[in-house]
Amino acid sequence: MSSGNDMDIKVENRDDSVLVTPIGEVDLARSPSLRSRLKQILGDSPARLVVDLSQVPYMDSSGVATLVEALQQSRSRNCSLFLAGLQDRVRSVFEIARLDTVFTITPDVNSALDA
Amino acid sequence: MTRLPPAIRIEILSRADLLAPVRAMLTSFAERSGFDDVETGHLALAVDEALANVIRHGYDSRPNGRIWLSAFLIEEPERRIRIEIEDEGHQTEPEKIASRDLEEVRPGGLGVHIMQEVTDTCQFERRTPGGMRLILEKTPRRAKKDPSDQNHAGSPENGHQ
Repeated sequence: MSSGNDMDIKVENRDDSVLVTPIGEVDLARSPSLRSRLKQILGDSPARLVVDLSQVPYMDSSGVATLVEALQQSRSRNCSLFLAGLQDRVRSVFEIARLDTVFTITPDVNSALDA
Repeated sequence: MTRLPPAIRIEILSRADLLAPVRAMLTSFAERSGFDDVETGHLALAVDEALANVIRHGYDSRPNGRIWLSAFLIEEPERRIRIEIEDEGHQTEPEKIASRDLEEVRPGGLGVHIMQEVTDTCQFERRTPGGMRLILEKTPRRAKKDPSDQNHAGSPENGHQ
């Protein structure tokens, strides 16, 4: 259980993939903990990183910026980054920022792991 | 022209952990003012982005700056919510506050674009004696008058900002 500005973030290894599941709202207070965790995971250069956003009901531009940063890091490390299970409100922010076509977005985690 | 008092006026510190409770309060206010789920989410997002900008750029992430948020429910010519956010932080020329080129994929710089996209009015002003004022306005779709509807059930005018 998280409290304050720390996000509850689950991390699982699935073969050559890493599945990251942040839980809760991602805003200016909480995006630093997500950024730190993603940076740490990408430091190990996994072949595939799946960020399951199905339990994120809200994200602001700081959360989006965190994922853009992760996308840039993943590209430099030949890691495939997937965003999975976006709720409508979160997807809407990516669409407004015109980033919905920049990221590989899948309906759920299994679609990303099978891709 | 009489200026109505705000329905809500709060003072908060420039702390990121206060964004969530402010979003919750405005979400409830917008829902009860006739905004649908998408519009309510957009209004809360715009205010979140505005406050985050003040915290990061107005106060350089110092946690003890003061921010005032006022919310008005305006009925004429159509129902809308007006949010004013004022601070005592750094001043910037309003015309220099602009959305960046979205073709460039990089972290950051999306807040102004998001605010402009999800509201009907997004206007920055220099505040006297210091700081900035941001005015955001949003009208719920169901409140927008159909010109052919002569029987629009609008509420009596209760003021103009």
